[in-house]
Amino acid sequence: MNTPLLEVNDLKVYFPVKGGILMRAKNYNKAVDGVSIHVNAGETLGLVGESGCGKSTLGKAIVRLLKPTEGQIIFDGNDISTLSASELKPIRRDIQMIFQDPGESLNSRLTVGALIGEPFEIHNLDSPESRRRKVLELLDQVGLPANAIDRYPFEFSGGQRQRIGIARAIALEPKLIICDEPVSALDVSIQSQILNLMLNLQQKMQLSYLFVAHDLAVVKHVSDRIAIMYLGHIMEIGDADEIYRDAKHPYTRALIAAIPEPDPSRRGRTKDVLQGDVPSPIDPPTGCVFHTRCAHARPQCVAEQPNLRETASSELTSHKVACHFDL
Amino acid sequence: MKQTPETNTPLLRVEELVTAFSTETGQVRAVDGVSFEVAAGRTLGIVGESGCGKTVTALSIIQLLPYPNASILGGRILFEDLDLASAEIEELQRIRGNRIGMIFQEPMTALNPVHQIGRQIMEPLRLHQDLSEKEALSITLNMLNKVGIPSPEIILSEYPHQLSGGMRQRVMIAMALICNPSLVIADEPTTALDVTIQAQILELLQDMQNQSQTSFIMITHDLGVIAETCDDVVVMYAGRVAEQGTVEQVFNAPRHPYTQGLLSSIPRLHTPRKTQLKTIEGMVPALQDMPPGCRFNNRCSHTIDQCRTHYPNLDGQVGEHRTACHRWQEVTPS
Repeated sequence: MNTPLLEVNDLKVYFPVKGGILMRAKNYNKAVDGVSIHVNAGETLGLVGESGCGKSTLGKAIVRLLKPTEGQIIFDGNDISTLSASELKPIRRDIQMIFQDPGESLNSRLTVGALIGEPFEIHNLDSPESRRRKVLELLDQVGLPANAIDRYPFEFSGGQRQRIGIARAIALEPKLIICDEPVSALDVSIQSQILNLMLNLQQKMQLSYLFVAHDLAVVKHVSDRIAIMYLGHIMEIGDADEIYRDAKHPYTRALIAAIPEPDPSRRGRTKDVLQGDVPSPIDPPTGCVFHTRCAHARPQCVAEQPNLRETASSELTSHKVACHFDL
Repeated sequence: MKQTPETNTPLLRVEELVTAFSTETGQVRAVDGVSFEVAAGRTLGIVGESGCGKTVTALSIIQLLPYPNASILGGRILFEDLDLASAEIEELQRIRGNRIGMIFQEPMTALNPVHQIGRQIMEPLRLHQDLSEKEALSITLNMLNKVGIPSPEIILSEYPHQLSGGMRQRVMIAMALICNPSLVIADEPTTALDVTIQAQILELLQDMQNQSQTSFIMITHDLGVIAETCDDVVVMYAGRVAEQGTVEQVFNAPRHPYTQGLLSSIPRLHTPRKTQLKTIEGMVPALQDMPPGCRFNNRCSHTIDQCRTHYPNLDGQVGEHRTACHRWQEVTPS
């Protein structure tokens, strides 16, 4: 098997929680607490979880918008987890990001042309004339009219702004794009337009995506593999169809059951609604972090943290689960 | 939500409602001729994308429109022998929070941050019912128990910021139901919540309705929430009703090209991965420059000349599966 494009090993991102008169770190918010994932070239890894599970923090740490506390981020063979800003600059051409709210992530004082041309400027590529030509090409690729080039972001709808964000991300022909909830702010009819665009671009440009979102149905549609995250830990990871068909972790099963499906005939089905709230990542439960909400929790779950282990059923593809038991 | 006997007199009947906002560029009709009914004990879903007028419709019913920008220009809102559209403010105050409860999307902004939870829940009780403090307190504790709040005695003296999003929404539900209203309007009640918490809240709303026989209007953009919780549904587009009927009618055999497009553009868990989704090309026109004729004509693949000149009215009778499309008989696959 080829070496993966991105490999994250035992990554931890802790945020200090300060207090006391000296404002020293009293405690840590363990947003990402020992995560290992990989993304192969040309594939999409979906990362699903509820608010506060650390999925966005993980995405931002991989682009190095956040400094990891511990662990390795190996991109294209190099460990980028400890590189300085100047050492990172050439690597940033290859890892780009698409944000949730394009209204906020685009500078409202720049024209669309300047916004999409900015990556070329930062990396000192091309002459101004050829930049303009490239921006026009990019506009066409993401389905925006050529006259958008001299207009400002506020003149566009949410879906069009997300297209501008995508044009910026693909401008330098990156290898990997971290997509942080790219369609959650959009209306249903616009959401499918953007998802189609992202799938087309992936095929054309051989892009790899790390697709971070809370909507399991959307993630399953675009991903080859899916990782389920809860309180800073990966609970389950494997082939997207298999996760949906044969989920092993009780949390994954609860997530799938909780999705309201637009099909009235499914209404009568019995749902095991997960009780309680997500505990605080500052003071996570001992042992398995999910045990406080798990219907199958036993004494071992309180005492011992389960490792992410290969499940018995998966022979061809890897399917790992962090649970002590085969449920 | 469950089997309810069909009744002939609806609890709420909205007739040809028109609500407009005054803007710098003139008057804009956010809701333009919307009619529907809510039968006693049933749940009506109003679904549509941002700007379709679903929230404005809800705010018109209880007359909580932003003053003085928005006003009801026409139509009637008949609720329990009263036309809310022309009712006096005193009459409205008697109804709001008492006969009609309201659940808002973001409980953090809907709850008052500087008042204790107990006081906020008791407020409608003390306003509308002549109760002693002790009686009000015991009803409140009972209601907090019903909505699944652990140790309600402690929650009573807490403030909204001390509760999680799910707990705050439970408090909102307790407030909406405390006076035993005949109608509850829930505006995107689970949109701000995580999916596992959403499942808890939807389950709670169904339990509460089964116990109390209250009618619900559920406003949401999420077709999944509609399919799981509602009996009837109104699909809105650009300030008008595109299609209405029972949930089974609209979801199993959608007639309006917009409803058909919406339902087929959602990725579902069982659809094959990484395939192109169906889309509705283009976007909703701005309220200021609505196309003449059918408002969906610039995005519809079945548009003919008639669609550009004449707005299609809802066909059929109230209570039936109704569609506002000139061509639905031709475009609906039989």
